[in-house]
Amino acid sequence: MILAGCDVGSLSAEALVMKNGTIIAAEIIKVRPRPEQSAADVMGLALANAGLGYSDIDYCVATGYGRENIPFANGNVSEISCHGRGAQWLVPSIRTVIDVGGQDCKVIRVDEEGRLQNFVMNDKCAAGTGRFLEFMAKLLRVGIEDLGPSALESEAPVSITNVCSVYAETEVLYSVYEGRATADIAAGINRAMAERVRALVKRVGVEEDVCLTGGVAKNAGVVKELEEMLRVEPRGLPIDPQLVGALGACLFANDQLHGSGA
Amino acid sequence: MFTVGCDFGALAAKIAVMDNGRMLSSAIRGITAAPEQVATDLLNAALSDAGLRAADVGCSISTGWGRKRVPFADSQVGEGACLARGAQWLLPSTRTVIDIGGQNIRALSINDAGKIVDSNSNDKCAAGSGRFLEVAAEALELKLGDMAAVAARSRTPAKVSSQCCVFAESEVVTLLNEGRELADIVAGVHDSIVRRIVAIAGPVGIKEDVLVCGGCAKNERLIQGLQAHIKLEMKRPEVDPQLVGAIGAALLAQDRLRKQPGT
Repeated sequence: MILAGCDVGSLSAEALVMKNGTIIAAEIIKVRPRPEQSAADVMGLALANAGLGYSDIDYCVATGYGRENIPFANGNVSEISCHGRGAQWLVPSIRTVIDVGGQDCKVIRVDEEGRLQNFVMNDKCAAGTGRFLEFMAKLLRVGIEDLGPSALESEAPVSITNVCSVYAETEVLYSVYEGRATADIAAGINRAMAERVRALVKRVGVEEDVCLTGGVAKNAGVVKELEEMLRVEPRGLPIDPQLVGALGACLFANDQLHGSGA
Repeated sequence: MFTVGCDFGALAAKIAVMDNGRMLSSAIRGITAAPEQVATDLLNAALSDAGLRAADVGCSISTGWGRKRVPFADSQVGEGACLARGAQWLLPSTRTVIDIGGQNIRALSINDAGKIVDSNSNDKCAAGSGRFLEVAAEALELKLGDMAAVAARSRTPAKVSSQCCVFAESEVVTLLNEGRELADIVAGVHDSIVRRIVAIAGPVGIKEDVLVCGGCAKNERLIQGLQAHIKLEMKRPEVDPQLVGAIGAALLAQDRLRKQPGT
């Protein structure tokens, strides 16, 4: 039985294919101009990897902000449910999922079955989302993937006191003009980012085990700051943290196909 | 009695050199280097225009976001006091000042003596500021100075719902990808900024005359939008609207010298 999950976010799109309960292929791409294009491109790549075609899919669930416009999907489920479900399936002891995506940040609490218990979300302000890091990386003229590694060499992170990305941009610019080391600026950016996530986590509370999903989970600098602030050690995941939403969608595809849950 | 006012904003630094209630010279520069360097260069340019040397200046006051970084300032004064002083000197009938700067929006209600009776500003979020317009212009590959003219061609402005400047950047790109007309998107960006400015200025009680200053006062579409919303005439200073704070600072420096005995 072939199940597919497709997660179309604001900055990236992911597809994951499962055969009889095992992940057989997954892909991540940057979004195309339209969600349906992103979905078709990323699913096409994942299916090609698995040596399959669209007709082989028994059931497909879409998630993410573009989930309602995916022509090949049989159903759709919110990304909040999908991240919680996917993460708990990977590591059954997980009860709190911190998903920092391109354009939002969510803290999701799940039960021992991976069912959604509670969540909080920021999607009104770029502070504490991947867009903040992207905006800052552009300013420093480094790749977003370099912000994590370069920050780890810092001994004196610059202080960023403003929440607003635009105000923080000015603080960072001033640090650049003062000749502060890129490592210190990158570390300050990661710390500011982690501080926003921590503020959101506080609103819903932490129950261990905790894991991080979404693209920002790949930034070792933010993860390290968050570990220190929350005093918890997040559990590592056996797959790319950006794929957790698509995995959850696949698991919901199984439920929907067999008529249980939604 | 020569005095200098330097308004060191987040995105632009402004300076005015005055002599007994007369502006001798002024300069405006983007901040592209260490603040101390930008401020010093600006001072040298303005003094040379006025035919003065640094030793001729009796008192210098700095204001604005980076006011503590202006090396030649004798003292620092908050933006509100400088804007009020500048506005009252430029247009004595001013009762409301709306300053729309690079990052900040500030509204002041002032009485007939030029004293601030109420004020409001956006201190946590840059929504509705010049940077919002700038970020949208960059995303749409337009020049900042062309934005108002492009918006003027719109017949059905698009709805831009993001308040956050950074999210608005992606929203305008999405609108473009959805096939919306460029003019409609740019008009939508302006409408969004106008709503935000009105939300900040409204609580101070807007009364005539209203003086609009800051870099965004140069944008015709924003001025018209504000007029349509507030239903009062939006006046602009006869000098560059970015200079109001710097002029106010120079006037406050002059007031200070007058109060000192023996000058």
